[in-house]
Amino acid sequence: MLELKSITKHEHGQAHVEGVSLSLEPGKMHILLGPTLSGKTTLLRLMAGLDRPTSGEIIMDGQAVTGVPVRKRNVAMVYQQFVNYPSLSVYENIASPLRVRGAARRYIRKKVEGAADVLGIKEFFRRRPSELSGGQQQRVALARALVKEASLVLLDEPLANLDYKLREELRTELPRIFKGSGAVIVYATSEPREAMLIGDSVTCLHEGRIASTGTARALYDRPNTLVTAKIMSDPPLNTIRIEKKGAVLELGGDRRLHIGAHMETLADGPYEIGLRAHHLGISASASNGIEAVVATTEVTGSETMVHAEFMGTRWVSLLHGVHALNAGDKISLNPDADRLFVFDETGALVATPAS
Amino acid sequence: MNASRKKFHAKYFAPTLYIIFLMTPIYWLLTMSLKTNQEILSTFSLWPENLTLANYIVIFTDASWYSGYINSMIYVSMNTVISVLAALPAAYAFSRHRFLGDKHIFFWLLTNRMAPPAVFALPFFQLYSSIGLFDTHIAVALAHTLFNIPLAIWILEGFMSGVPREIDETAYIDGYSFPKFFVKIFMPLIASGIGVAAFFCFMFSWVELLIARTLTSVAAKPIAAVMTRTVSASGLDWGVLAAAGILTILPGALVIWFVRHHIARGFALGRV
Repeated sequence: MLELKSITKHEHGQAHVEGVSLSLEPGKMHILLGPTLSGKTTLLRLMAGLDRPTSGEIIMDGQAVTGVPVRKRNVAMVYQQFVNYPSLSVYENIASPLRVRGAARRYIRKKVEGAADVLGIKEFFRRRPSELSGGQQQRVALARALVKEASLVLLDEPLANLDYKLREELRTELPRIFKGSGAVIVYATSEPREAMLIGDSVTCLHEGRIASTGTARALYDRPNTLVTAKIMSDPPLNTIRIEKKGAVLELGGDRRLHIGAHMETLADGPYEIGLRAHHLGISASASNGIEAVVATTEVTGSETMVHAEFMGTRWVSLLHGVHALNAGDKISLNPDADRLFVFDETGALVATPAS
Repeated sequence: MNASRKKFHAKYFAPTLYIIFLMTPIYWLLTMSLKTNQEILSTFSLWPENLTLANYIVIFTDASWYSGYINSMIYVSMNTVISVLAALPAAYAFSRHRFLGDKHIFFWLLTNRMAPPAVFALPFFQLYSSIGLFDTHIAVALAHTLFNIPLAIWILEGFMSGVPREIDETAYIDGYSFPKFFVKIFMPLIASGIGVAAFFCFMFSWVELLIARTLTSVAAKPIAAVMTRTVSASGLDWGVLAAAGILTILPGALVIWFVRHHIARGFALGRV
């Protein structure tokens, strides 16, 4: 059990992490989710003991470890860049934490072979890390974290520098590999997809503060704030300020939308609405949707992402299949009104679509 | 065929000429060392007419000659070891830590090398005489560290900064203590840097004449001093001097051979 108590980290007068309190129980995948510079890496480094918090307390299994240097803690960490010891063989790389501890030869052999089996790198034992591909190098780093049997495993965007195929592969393996160890596992990522796929509990970070915590599913279905909704959405959440008047939402100009069923009890007034890209339909003719102009389209094969602009706002629509649209085409956006998230002036969620 | 031949000539003409210019004095030294004094003084010959190894035999049998080599070897090795050992932790501090005035001190290190050695000859002579270090090997070795430690720090810092900091951190996470990490993980990663730094220390100390000569008289007299002072009753012993010159070049050439792949990076002070 790892507890952070109002941790703050300032560097050169700038707050990198501000008042973060968390308690993470063992045997689960805890995701730190947030865009770059949201403080994920800083927080991981504080948890590891590589940096000291400016203020606050870190408690591991009931013991305060705030000032304890990293080598005295039982921690394993995997970086985004594949960090291995270039001068050691793969076998020695994996064995390194056990060797330092002075473990018996046979024990080391057994452990290293076990970890290498799990990660499928057994045939590379005698090679140097530089002779391996990126994915294999990261597997070596993961294996080293695995053999240590640390009570705290920190994974800092371990898949971000891998190619797509490998990422998919390792993403499904990772929880299986580490969950059985009974360690507290913290996984930092900027992709909500990863959080949804492997996370048991998710902590959304925004500018060094915790925006929300919960299960990935709950945060996705019912983001308590606009910030959380944005962090949990990829492609980015479509937002716009509106004025609710009875059964109509006024977007400005003469563009308006009919309210969804979940908004009927909502008082009239100004709100900000959020809509995920796959709930935004597009039609070519000027039907009763929002008139907009296509800015760019990205066709991935099975899906098409259409970026459209209206009144200085850019929205994204995610469509199935290939849609031939050119920049400058006039289209009409058809938001699914029943899927709208509504946030009040403070950014708090006030109307949630039925899930 | 003809055209390609012509091209070949044009391409290699300049470098060939350059190497000839460069090698002429060394070749001349070599032929001299293999000639008799009489041949050197009386005739002009491009190669030795009466090939002789007598000059080399003189050096290897006469104690006043070979002890010069031994003395030089001793203080040069001492200096290289001291310089590299002192520079390693200093370079690590400059490469990994930020502290008050670090950039100024780092630059000031290099300015040390801008003063001519002659400036330091007098104070060293007086200081070492008064504390009884005069005419010892360690005296010369220590005096040379004044120039070699800053250089070694600059070279090593460049190599060290090429090693990602995450490797240090990973080692600490794995449980390495700092000394253990430094020796087991870090030093192998900058092995070529250590080699290059040692080479530069070696070379400087080996060719430096002024301080070495000022601080020694008999017991630690370096080979360069022996060479420049050897005038026998019958005048200069040309052949033996030339042989000594050849033997002085050899160690440097040997060391260059060992670090030849990294030497360019060394001249760039490890920064590539």
